[in-house]
Amino acid sequence: MFKMIKRNNVSSFESVTIRLLSIVLALITTGLFLTFMGHNPLAVYQGMIDGSFGTEYRIIETLKVALPITLASIGIMIAFKMKFWNIGGEGQILMGACFATYIGLNFSHLDKPILLTFMFLAGFIGGGLWAFIPALLKQKYGTNETIVTLMLNYIAINFITYLQYGPWKDPNGKGFPKIPRFEDSAVLPKVFDLHIGWIITLAIVIIIAVLMKYSKWGYFVSVIGESQDTARYSGLNINKIVVFSIFISGGICGLVGFMQASAVEGTLTTGLSSGYGFTAIITTWLSALMPSIIIPISILFAALVKGAGFIQSAFGIPNAAAEVLQGLILFFVIGSEFFTKYKIVFSKALGGVK
Amino acid sequence: MSLFLISVIISGTPLLLATLGELITEKAGHLNLGVEGMMLMGAVFGFAVGYSTGNPYMALLAAMAAGGLSALIFGFLTISLRANHVVSGLALTIFGTGLSSYIGSFFVGQKMPENIINFFNPIEIPLLSKIPWIGPIFFHQDFLVYTSFILAIAMGFYLHHTRMGLNLKAIGENPSAADGAGIHISLYKYGHILIGGALCGLGGAYLSIVQVPVWQDNITSGRGWIAIALVIFCKWSPYKAIYAAYLFGGLSIAGFRLQHLNVPQSLLDTMPYIFTILVLVMSSMKKTKENTAPNALSVPYFREER
Repeated sequence: MFKMIKRNNVSSFESVTIRLLSIVLALITTGLFLTFMGHNPLAVYQGMIDGSFGTEYRIIETLKVALPITLASIGIMIAFKMKFWNIGGEGQILMGACFATYIGLNFSHLDKPILLTFMFLAGFIGGGLWAFIPALLKQKYGTNETIVTLMLNYIAINFITYLQYGPWKDPNGKGFPKIPRFEDSAVLPKVFDLHIGWIITLAIVIIIAVLMKYSKWGYFVSVIGESQDTARYSGLNINKIVVFSIFISGGICGLVGFMQASAVEGTLTTGLSSGYGFTAIITTWLSALMPSIIIPISILFAALVKGAGFIQSAFGIPNAAAEVLQGLILFFVIGSEFFTKYKIVFSKALGGVK
Repeated sequence: MSLFLISVIISGTPLLLATLGELITEKAGHLNLGVEGMMLMGAVFGFAVGYSTGNPYMALLAAMAAGGLSALIFGFLTISLRANHVVSGLALTIFGTGLSSYIGSFFVGQKMPENIINFFNPIEIPLLSKIPWIGPIFFHQDFLVYTSFILAIAMGFYLHHTRMGLNLKAIGENPSAADGAGIHISLYKYGHILIGGALCGLGGAYLSIVQVPVWQDNITSGRGWIAIALVIFCKWSPYKAIYAAYLFGGLSIAGFRLQHLNVPQSLLDTMPYIFTILVLVMSSMKKTKENTAPNALSVPYFREER
């Protein structure tokens, strides 16, 4: 017989080892699945590494995907810290892009730095407002935020489709429904072959990490996440802090939209987020809500995305294989958390003397 | 008009099945946000098996097995490994979405075989279908629609009038008291999560086999999430789930009827989602003591930490 005993303190070395082991287990499981589908898993994994890091160009392409995932994860982390299950990253990214695009298209005569600053702010406000709605509803009426944030994703994508086919349609698009491309003044410049978004992303990661650790606000966020009762007894204005923090959380996701629209797509498209809002949920959870770990995990997941695109052309494995692998990794890591909290003790005698 | 109402029932049926599935899961105290994933798993396995065997029973069984087995992953994580319900459910949705589009990529654009489509032709119920108005709408439908009526009523009876149903509710409300009364908690939880998943899988299969009968990627397009909202809307009552599901079924097809009003299609498409939010806000505004979520919903239960 065995029983479970609660562990008191787990060293961070142990908890990292357990998580890494669970990722390895997920890779093995996917390998079995690939074998079953008639592929050589080692060759496929080799292909994925090759496709994401094989050449300098591929590394830059992978980093281009890692940036939006990292930034969105930082935004979502703030929400998750308060146990506010914001799964509307996708919608917040799109609305941020939408607001930034409005500025980018209508004020393109402004100087580049000024225009980009305004687009940055518009993106932040757009994403923030889209997160503000569910936050307000939750704090005021106790409405389930998971469903509201998700519904807002669908509303955002349909709204942008509407803009694309209607009021924002490019008059010079030869009837093709697309939104006009930005003038050069609305496009983020490059620094070392990669758009300047990487500096913005790093700066935000550092700022939020410092604020979370050392500021009063960061402390309040973790208190609310640990126990709303404690927060209430110590006289915190929970509603105000939650709504404000979720606005910031959505705003950071909105910045992802600004970055993607300006630097990657060159305009507003419905596909500009390509699921980063969802991937960021996984990466945020895997990094145990720690900003410093979000960066490597996001690069790993960007490599998964890019690698999956590569093996699609090289082995004919559908792109969705990456999603399956992401889901499996998530399952194993969630499951592994049990072993950081409990240990299983085998005892020979049933009900033996302690 | 009655043609419209007939299609309301058809588009409400996957919602009803999934809502019932989530409802019974939540009664066991587990909030499974993986409905979308389980529906997609059911949809793709139902379609794949139906397409390759041409046997409707096999297709439905495969769909239920796929939904049920994916629910068991969630069950294992949240019951045995005591993981966070929200994150485990999200993981299930991500996994299910991925696997369904992986498997579905071999079937994109394929159509269900003729004999399966014929199998789900409407069946007239003698006498009842002759009732004016109601008859043609409710009693001239395919057999899965009837199954979903019966399931809803049976689940209501089960929860309120059987010993097992009462035990289940006790677990959802107060697991330690239920444990003290000698109820095998884990077994109940596993069993009902499994059934819940099978129902969600069946709901997904209704879409891919009967309603659409052509495979398209992400065929559920958010219906799983709407079903979770409907559980709140129908206040955890299987009877009320019936009209909640049809109300939303109506909304999701009302768009086609309003096309002549010159409102852009993409804005009409947002209606069910906006309505879901409105309904959620309304049901959260008037909180009464009765008809609320099970008390221990998404609270992990540990006997050792009682």
